[in-house]
Amino acid sequence: MSAFVWLTILTALRILARNRMRAGLTMLGIVIGVAAVIAMVSIGEGAKQAVQAQIATMGTNVIIIFPGVTSASGVRGSQGSAVTLTVSDAVDLKKRVPLLSDTGWAKRDVMQIVYGNRNWNGTVNGVSPSYLTIRDWSFTSGGSFTQTDVESAARVALIGQTIVGNLFEPGEEPVGAVIRLKNVPFRVIGVLAPKGQSAQGTDQDDVIFIPFSTAERKVFGTSFIGSVGAMFGSTDQVEDLPMAAEQIREVLRARHRLQAEQEDDFTIRTQVDIGKVQEGTSETLTMMLFAIASVSLLVGGIGIMNILLVSVTERTREIGVRMAVGAKRRHIVMQFLIEAMTLSLVGGVLGIILGVTGAKLTTLIAGWPTIISGNVILLAFFFSLVVGLFFGLYPANKASRLNPIEALRYE
Amino acid sequence: MSALIQCEDVWKIYRVGDMEVQALRGLSLTIEQGEFVAIMGSSGSGKSTLMNILGCLDQPTKGRYRLNGIEASNLKPDQLAGIRNQQIGFVFQSFNLIPRTSALENAQLPLFYRGLSLKEQRTQAAAALRRVGLQGREHHYPTQLSGGQQQRVAIARALVTSPSLLLADEPTGNLDTQSSQEIMRILDQLNRDEGITIILVTHEVDIAAYAAREIVIKDGQVLSDHLTKGRPTPSPVGG
Repeated sequence: MSAFVWLTILTALRILARNRMRAGLTMLGIVIGVAAVIAMVSIGEGAKQAVQAQIATMGTNVIIIFPGVTSASGVRGSQGSAVTLTVSDAVDLKKRVPLLSDTGWAKRDVMQIVYGNRNWNGTVNGVSPSYLTIRDWSFTSGGSFTQTDVESAARVALIGQTIVGNLFEPGEEPVGAVIRLKNVPFRVIGVLAPKGQSAQGTDQDDVIFIPFSTAERKVFGTSFIGSVGAMFGSTDQVEDLPMAAEQIREVLRARHRLQAEQEDDFTIRTQVDIGKVQEGTSETLTMMLFAIASVSLLVGGIGIMNILLVSVTERTREIGVRMAVGAKRRHIVMQFLIEAMTLSLVGGVLGIILGVTGAKLTTLIAGWPTIISGNVILLAFFFSLVVGLFFGLYPANKASRLNPIEALRYE
Repeated sequence: MSALIQCEDVWKIYRVGDMEVQALRGLSLTIEQGEFVAIMGSSGSGKSTLMNILGCLDQPTKGRYRLNGIEASNLKPDQLAGIRNQQIGFVFQSFNLIPRTSALENAQLPLFYRGLSLKEQRTQAAAALRRVGLQGREHHYPTQLSGGQQQRVAIARALVTSPSLLLADEPTGNLDTQSSQEIMRILDQLNRDEGITIILVTHEVDIAAYAAREIVIKDGQVLSDHLTKGRPTPSPVGG
C-alpha cells in the first residue's frame, strides 16, 4: 500500500508539473488565502503584544480607585466628580488589606507651566511618593521626593519627557532649573524616563509630579483638604488583584458607612480589567481574520474542485484503462484525492512563504511590529490539507464511479 | 479439470428508455485453457457485449459465467477489478495507453494495482517489453512510438501479470497490414509457445485465420462454432 501511495504522489506531481499554468492558477486561491491569514495574524499578534506592552507601562499589578459620581436631585455628574476618597482612606486601606503591598494617591490639574520665556499647558499631579513606585516610574536624571520634601511641602517637581521637550533647549539639563506653576516657583529635581502612549492613546510623558502636600497647600487651592483624585494600590501577585479589589470595596464601604442598598461611591479598576478590554478587541479582530480565511480557503477549494472535475472528464479514458487493468474504486479515489491534496498543500506552502515574507516586509517598510507564530503556520498547513481533502472528495468519488466500459469508449 | 471459460445461457438485456434491447440471448460457450479463439460477427451482433462479460467489465443479466472456476456473474465491482487484475489481459483496438507516460510505466500499470514494490514492477515490466521486442524503448512516450509499437506496449501491459486469458478486441483495427501481421505473430507465438489462452474479436477474415477456432455471433447467440483449417504458417517478415 505504501508503494502505491508513494507512486500515486509522484504521478500526481508529474501531472501537475505537466500543467504548470493550470496548476498555478488553481493553487492561487489557496496561496492568497493562506498568505493573507499568516500576514494578518502576524500583524495582529504584533499589535496585541504592543498593546500589552503599553498596559504594562501602567505599572505592575495596579489597582486604581476613582471617586464616585456626584448626584444632585437625580442628576449625575461625571466620574470622579465626587470628593469621596481621602488620603486617610488610602492609608487605612494599606493597613486593612494585607494583599496590598503599597497604596498611593494622586490629584491632578491642568495648568500653565512656565520656564524662562517658554510656557506649556500640562497636567500637574500632586502625588504620594508611593505612587511613583506603584506606577513604575523611573528617572533619566535626578531622583524622587524625599520624606522631608513631603513633610515640608517642598516646592520640588519631577517632569516628563514631553515637558522637557517643550520647555527646555535640546541638551539643556532640566535638573536644578526653576519652573513656575501658577506663579509658584518649583525646583526640578528629577527627569522621568519615557513611557510613551498609554493603552488609551494618551501621552503619558506629558506630566509633572509634585508632592501631594505641596499641591494641596500651595498650588491647587483645594476646598476639601485630604481629598484625592484617585487612589492606587498594587499587589505582589497578579492573581491577587480580584481578591484585593473585593477587599478594598468592603473596607471603603465600611469607612464610607454605606448601607447595603446604596451604590458604591467609588469605582475600582484593576490592570487585569483594562487588559480584558484590549483582549476583547483583539478577539474581534481574530474572528474577522478567521472569517476572511474561511472565505478565501473556500474559494480556493472550489477552484481545486473545479479543475479536478475538468481533469476527471479529460482523463475518462485513462480512468477506464486503469479500471480495466484492475484499479479498484479506492485506487481511483486515492489518485484524485492525492492530486487534490498535492495542489492544496503546494498552494499552502507557497502561501506560508508569501505570508511570512509579507509580514517581514510590513515590519521592514511600515515599521509595524509583527510576530510570526509557528502555530499559525502549522494551522495554515493543516487547513490547506483539509481543504484539498474536502474538495477533492466529490471529483474523486465521481471518477471512481465511472463505468469502465463507457469510460474506455469515451472520446 | 473444468474449462477456462464457461458461459451458460447468458442473457444481457439493456433498457434504453422504454425499449428493451436484448444484446445476448441465452448464449452458451465453453473455451478450454490454451485455445486461440476468434470471435466474429457484424456490429450489433452482441460480440462487444460478450467481450465485456468475458473480460469481467460487465455482468450478465441472466445466466452464469465462470472464469477459471470462479463464478463471476454476481461479484461486486471491486471483486471484478481484482479478477481483471489477476486473470485477464486486455488489448484494445485504440491501444489505450496512458498518454505522456513511458512504455515501461504503461506496462507497469497492472502491477501497480497489485501493490508490488517499484523495483519488482520495473523488472517485470521490462521483461514483458522484451517479450514483445521493445527492449531499448522503455522510456519512449506513446507519441514517440509507431502504432504497431504502441500496440506491442499494450500487449506487454496485458502480459505482465501472466494472465490466464488475453482478450484482444480488434487489436489490428487501427494498424496497417505489416504492423497487423507483426501483432498477430506475437499473439500467435504467445499462444503457441506459452500456452496463453487468447480470445480475439475481429471482423477481418485474414486476422481471424490466425486462430484455431472461430465463433460467429449473430443476434446475441452463437451462429457457428468450428475449428479453422489451421493457422497460416509463420511467414518471414514482410510476407
